[in-house]
Amino acid sequence: MIEQYRIVLRNCGVIDPDSLDDYIKQYGYQALGKTLAEMTPADVVAEIEGAGLRGRGGGGFPTGFKWKIAAQQKSDTKFVVCNADEGDPGAFMDRSVIEGDPHSIIEAMAIAGYAIGASMGYVYVRAEYPLAIERLNRAIDKAKEKGLLGDNILGSDFSFDLEIKFGAGAFVCGEETSLIHSIEGYRGEPTTKPPFPAVEGLFGKPTIVNNVETFANVPAIILKGKDWFRSIGTESSPGTKVFALAGKINNTGLIEVPMGTTINQIIFEIGGGIPNGKKAKAIQTGGPSGGCIPVKYFDTAIDYESLKALESMMGSGGMIVLDEDTCIVDTAKFYLDFTVDESCGKCTPCRIGNKRLLELLEKVTNGTADENTLNDIQSLSQVIKDTSLCGLGQTSPNPVLSTLKFFPEEYKEHIVDKKCSAFVCKELYQYVINDSCVGCTLCSKKCPVSCIEGEVKGVHIIVQDDCIKCGKCYEVCKFNSVDLVPGGLSNV
Amino acid sequence: MTTKCSGAVAKKGFKELSTYISTLNIGDDAQKNRAYLIQVLHKAQEIFGYLPEEVQKVVAKKLNIHLAEVYGVVSFYSFFNLEPKGKYRISVCTGTACYVKGAMGILDVLTEELGIKDGETSADGKWSLDSLRCIGACGLAPVMLINDKTYGNVTPDQTREILAKVEQELGEENV
Ligand SMILES: Cc1cc2nc3c(=O)[nH]c(=O)nc-3n(C[C@H](O)[C@H](O)[C@H](O)COP(=O)(O)O)c2cc1C
Ligand code: SF4
Ligand code: SF4
Ligand code: SF4
Ligand code: FES
Repeated sequence: MIEQYRIVLRNCGVIDPDSLDDYIKQYGYQALGKTLAEMTPADVVAEIEGAGLRGRGGGGFPTGFKWKIAAQQKSDTKFVVCNADEGDPGAFMDRSVIEGDPHSIIEAMAIAGYAIGASMGYVYVRAEYPLAIERLNRAIDKAKEKGLLGDNILGSDFSFDLEIKFGAGAFVCGEETSLIHSIEGYRGEPTTKPPFPAVEGLFGKPTIVNNVETFANVPAIILKGKDWFRSIGTESSPGTKVFALAGKINNTGLIEVPMGTTINQIIFEIGGGIPNGKKAKAIQTGGPSGGCIPVKYFDTAIDYESLKALESMMGSGGMIVLDEDTCIVDTAKFYLDFTVDESCGKCTPCRIGNKRLLELLEKVTNGTADENTLNDIQSLSQVIKDTSLCGLGQTSPNPVLSTLKFFPEEYKEHIVDKKCSAFVCKELYQYVINDSCVGCTLCSKKCPVSCIEGEVKGVHIIVQDDCIKCGKCYEVCKFNSVDLVPGGLSNV
Repeated sequence: MTTKCSGAVAKKGFKELSTYISTLNIGDDAQKNRAYLIQVLHKAQEIFGYLPEEVQKVVAKKLNIHLAEVYGVVSFYSFFNLEPKGKYRISVCTGTACYVKGAMGILDVLTEELGIKDGETSADGKWSLDSLRCIGACGLAPVMLINDKTYGNVTPDQTREILAKVEQELGEENV
């Protein structure tokens, strides 16, 4: 049985998030104390770099390297930014860390400030997380009261202050250049890199942007050392990863496991398997930038590289379990629909390209696709990936490409047989009443559009042209007389 | 809370907004002032329920930013509303976890029961319906919000029941 291993979530649910004393009892602010008393800024950077900590916000960029670049910049003003925008719909790790252990983020950001030479930090929290904002606010106030933030922290000559900035419902603001523009009070549109934020970021000054979970690892690394951290996880991806397990799984919620844990261990040993005796079909990781990994690869040991090799990515840690009732084409369409909604519109390949790509997918799900559609999807996806300005557009076709690669037969079934085996794509199935109908009239009373005809005690029929496929009749019939059957394209 | 932007209530709202802005460090530094814009807009929306032109004008003037710039920001972020919302703001999460667990069915039921589509407000100002992407309660999927109250693991039938309860509350208030 695989064990969970808590570094990031060490205090969540264990301490009272509103109590600074609780945090201090769990060795809180000792890492900051050690940093200020015993370490030079270069020591801190070396420790983080030596630990091999990689960004948990998605890309896996080496954190120590990012800090080193920022530390090298000659500037009187620098900034530390914490990315708590958590845009991946279906992920809630960052929310839980801030709500459950806000001081760990404050402590880590102060350590980062010391390492790179910054005296100001911002936490950018999405507006959908009011409780996180409230708790973090209180924690910041308490830290200030106790001299753990502000001027001359713990009697040293290091000063550091923190402020919260709010998002306002734009997914693209999770991208670091957009996030910076948003903090500055502008539309959150991305800009090209370079210049990288570590060189020219917030207000044009050197800025490190790190994810909440990345920061949450920092105090532990400083206290226990880089070798300890390297002893957990894999060679290329040391440490743990927090995943938000959701979808068709028995135990939903947050888990933290060493890198290198297999998907099987997560889904079946920790997650308790799939509800209602259904079979697993795939997991989705990496959100709208990731892909769907089919069951046959569930023995994969998870790290940044292995997920990439499977056409997906680590992402921030959302892990959505899909069972056999899920239509894979519909899932790809769902993510693309999200991207189209969230594209900032600054560049054409993403703004228009994704819209066209969505239309092509709609042709697949509504039965109007033909033999050329898949080729069109492939080539358009490639253009969008190659020519979009920011990470959102560059990765937006991934859910489509990965499902096309791993589930080609499901696309073909929709296109050639005009059939959706999962009965999800509404245009490709219909409800029909079979001969066992006893004419109880219940379905016709419940049908919201009154499209079921028949006499009392006579076999009823559904007028297919008017049916909106709400499934009410199927749900209410006590005699199993309503069937769900493929087909029905003719009346769309 | 939605407040009309005229009359006594509005006056009070504008006063509250001015007081809030005066607690901020607005000075000669245009860059700094600008960085307050989004949080001031949040406050304004909290007071008025939405951000009509009159409110944007006040914000623009107080922060010394051109109105067009303020509008540019308001229209970029989906959290900001240019139109008032209903007394009961219903939001259905259509994030991945909720989608996989049947969020679209919940949205369909609400559309059917309320007679308004995603993004609309009913003519009588009672209801508005929106979809949103993940409130971080994915373990409770599918999730629905009415004003700030969260309902988890909702089914189509429960949705109808919840609506009926709110209707009843509405009825009692009007007596
Ligand atoms: C479209 C898009 C959305 C992103 N959303 C997030 C997010 O919600 N949270 C996050 O930490 N990083 C997000 N990122 C990654 C950030 O740009 C940045 O790489 C990250 O915050 C760096 O921190 P890390 O190195 O600690 O991961 C996003 C990137 C893109 C392209
Ligand atoms: S890729 Fe999309 S989100 Fe990124 S800049 Fe272009 S339009 Fe905006
Ligand atoms: S699926 Fe819905 S609309 Fe169609 S016949 Fe049944 S109850 Fe009526
Ligand atoms: S509910 Fe079933 S048995 Fe009754 S009329 Fe409808 S199909 Fe026939
Ligand atoms: S997907 Fe609905 S709360 Fe996260």
